[in-house]
Amino acid sequence: MIPKFLGYHRPDNRIGIRNYVAIVPTVGCANEVVRKIAESVKNAIPFLHHEGCTQLAPDIEAVTQTLISLGKNPNFGAVLVVSLGCEGVNADRVAEEISNIGKPVEKIVIQELGTLRSLQEGIRIASTLMRHISSEEKDWYTLGDLVLGVKCGASDATSGIASNPAVGYAVDTIIEGGGTVVFGETTEIIGAEHLLAKRIPDPAVKEKILFMINRIEERAKSMGVDMRTGQPTPGNIAGGLTTIEEKSLGAIAKTGSHNISGALEFWESPRGKGLFMKDTPGREIEAMTGLAAAGVQLIAFTTGRGAPQGFPGIPVIKISANPQTSVRMEDNIDLDVSDIITKGISIKEKGEEILNFILKVANGQLTKSETIKYDETMDIYTTGPVI
Amino acid sequence: MAEKRAIIIGEKDNVATALENINKGDTIVAKVGDSENSIINLTAKKEIPFGHKISLVNIKKGEPIVKYNSTIGLATSLITEGDYVHVHNVESTRGRGDKRIVKE
Repeated sequence: MIPKFLGYHRPDNRIGIRNYVAIVPTVGCANEVVRKIAESVKNAIPFLHHEGCTQLAPDIEAVTQTLISLGKNPNFGAVLVVSLGCEGVNADRVAEEISNIGKPVEKIVIQELGTLRSLQEGIRIASTLMRHISSEEKDWYTLGDLVLGVKCGASDATSGIASNPAVGYAVDTIIEGGGTVVFGETTEIIGAEHLLAKRIPDPAVKEKILFMINRIEERAKSMGVDMRTGQPTPGNIAGGLTTIEEKSLGAIAKTGSHNISGALEFWESPRGKGLFMKDTPGREIEAMTGLAAAGVQLIAFTTGRGAPQGFPGIPVIKISANPQTSVRMEDNIDLDVSDIITKGISIKEKGEEILNFILKVANGQLTKSETIKYDETMDIYTTGPVI
Repeated sequence: MAEKRAIIIGEKDNVATALENINKGDTIVAKVGDSENSIINLTAKKEIPFGHKISLVNIKKGEPIVKYNSTIGLATSLITEGDYVHVHNVESTRGRGDKRIVKE
């Protein structure tokens, strides 16, 4: 059987697995208007972030490009940009660059319309966009059109030995099928960068990834903190992790075994297919934004202790190999792979199960975070001071 | 003695990770992660808690400890088959973070 899924073809030839209208504030000050518009319109997804103004130019640029990339994500058939009017981000540029790929984009400015008229106008526009894209028909696509993000959070001893390697198996299958997988969490690679480097044939890509790792370490050093010190932590050692290499390898086991084709800045999308590393922090709120900005259709997320959250408009599959967590946090955990540990089921078998689940979700099956709407929190990674 | 389970994540690994608490003298059945068939049996020489590592072979001082098909550190003393493998007999090739200041 050839694995396939039903998706929406977007004008830039990317394939969406959901068909939403993104409501994108260009500054955190517009969030209230954005939230109320989204509450009033079916399948309207708000990106409630807190950036976009009184930041240094490199951060404003990073926020601008991230918002453009989020708007281009193929799960969104249309975009409404909501500007306050005086923010640092250029809202016209955001709207224009998203519409350049041929996607319907509209824009409103709160300081021109007033708050209540912005709501009225925003709801009218978003509902019109939604009706328009709701007529889009789905078509069949294969693994080659799949773009998956992988992430781990609230990890424990079961993550490195069971859930991450099982996701890694699914990732390998997707890459072998010609698809695309993006992983982030630059900080998780520290200590295993020499091992990751063996999977990067292109010297320029290798240099860029090592630069990204060094950059985050230097930022920490500028605050007087060495991120390698105290790794592995006493808690890690008590849990059985002996060295920093072992800890990092457990985290990057979710990226499978194939070569890495490219390195992406936080706001960038991959050019071409294959396995890509993106510079994101480990924290869920920003890390998943980075993956969404890379254009992933969905995210496979492993957790030991039970990280509960989804992401706006992007299905997040929660996978746990901790038998207690799978029961206690069953409202959030989509896939319980704890029988790797309790029954000795192979990583291959559970990896195949994860891949099948990924395809089901790509095909329209809802994840738990989508169903219970545990999917609103997101933010954009910035590194400079707020003015 | 009881039969206990461990997992070998990579096919080149020379250690397995305990999937349950292992007592000295227990027989360990260790399965290679992505294979249905490769199973190794050995006897635990020490107590090994869940999530901790056991040696599958004799590893000489200075030889690599391999997990995830990668070197996670070097043996600081002779480790024999069935031994407990942890910070007391392994050192990172990157320098132990928590000892780094002392080393430099």
